[in-house]
Amino acid sequence: MENKNNNKKAGSKSLGAQFWKEFAKGIIISNPVFILALGLCPTLAVTSSLDNALGMSAGVIFVLLCSNIIISIIRKATPASARIPVFIVVIATFVTILSLVFQAYIPPLYESLGIYLALIVVNCIILGRAEVFASKNSVLLSIGDALGIGIGFTLALVIISLLREILGTGSLSVFGLELFKIPVLSASPMTFFILPPGAFLVIGLLLALFKWLGVIKNE
Amino acid sequence: MSNLITIFVVMAIVNNLVISKFLGLCPFFGVSKKLSNAVSMGIAVTLVMLLASLATSIINQFILIPYNVEFMNIVIYILVIASLVQIVELAIRRTNINLYNALGIYLPLITTNCAVLGITLINANKGYSILESVVSALGGGIGFTLVLVIMSGIREKIDLGETPRSMRGLPIAFIIAALLALAFTGFSGMM
Repeated sequence: MENKNNNKKAGSKSLGAQFWKEFAKGIIISNPVFILALGLCPTLAVTSSLDNALGMSAGVIFVLLCSNIIISIIRKATPASARIPVFIVVIATFVTILSLVFQAYIPPLYESLGIYLALIVVNCIILGRAEVFASKNSVLLSIGDALGIGIGFTLALVIISLLREILGTGSLSVFGLELFKIPVLSASPMTFFILPPGAFLVIGLLLALFKWLGVIKNE
Repeated sequence: MSNLITIFVVMAIVNNLVISKFLGLCPFFGVSKKLSNAVSMGIAVTLVMLLASLATSIINQFILIPYNVEFMNIVIYILVIASLVQIVELAIRRTNINLYNALGIYLPLITTNCAVLGITLINANKGYSILESVVSALGGGIGFTLVLVIMSGIREKIDLGETPRSMRGLPIAFIIAALLALAFTGFSGMM
């Protein structure tokens, strides 16, 4: 009896509360990069500078939001056996739009992101959310899910790129505006962190940190 | 000829797909726990890369460029790769059941392997001819297999030792990859 009541309570929870729940879970509890370890390719490739990380995050949020909305709208009309090709075509369409927009309005960012912009198509985060969430839930909840996961992804990329850019160049700048400069470090920066091995090392240590925090919490 | 050799070596070692371009990391970390699986995955990926590069560069040269619709390449390439993987899966199942059983579970995963889409996009961006695309795919595939095999060899040994609890699994694999990448930076500037 009590169980039933609880179920009822959860079912009748306001739409707004459900929206916030889906939104909040993506940021920390199921952070796509640190907890689920999804979408690693762009995470390593574009975090050599903060500019690239922010550009990539904006692109992923745009594609994730649009594809989640469309897939959620057509979820009842999509035959189950043909759903993956449908998802891929929807995602690829938005990635094409995104890459044309970047090419037209922000060419320097388009140049520095290179093929990784096009590779958003095969980013497992986006296909994963389409399959796990948007194909089973309403449009509003899918928007919340997309925004939460997108912001979680942004957060991860910003943390990694901050570490890599500050250690690797000794300074930090956002879109041409220099924020600060560390005197000794910028004279002889640890270039290692900008190079590929630095990316693997920083993410490996951050994953270990998150795992360690999880272990401590459980004990 | 020397041009083709350069493309091959650059794609296989100097600009290794996994180590310096960060493509195909999911299978790199997911399938590198056992040496035998790593070899199977490497062969499957190389095969699909070769076929995908051949198909997409033909489409690029005879359809996309003449009709000036190159901006459609992302949609077209991903569809070509997805259908190609299905065809390869079917063909292997019909002709060689042993190979199918060995590769079976990895084949569907290759559709969303960014290394395959990545190499077709690299070929298109660099404006390679059909022959050059195939050679670059062969180099990319062999480079991918090489790193996967090295990685799985190290991980088999690491499993025997004591690793701190928080480093077990993915974190330690990333640290190994960092050391591997450091070794591979020795090749940069070559060619």
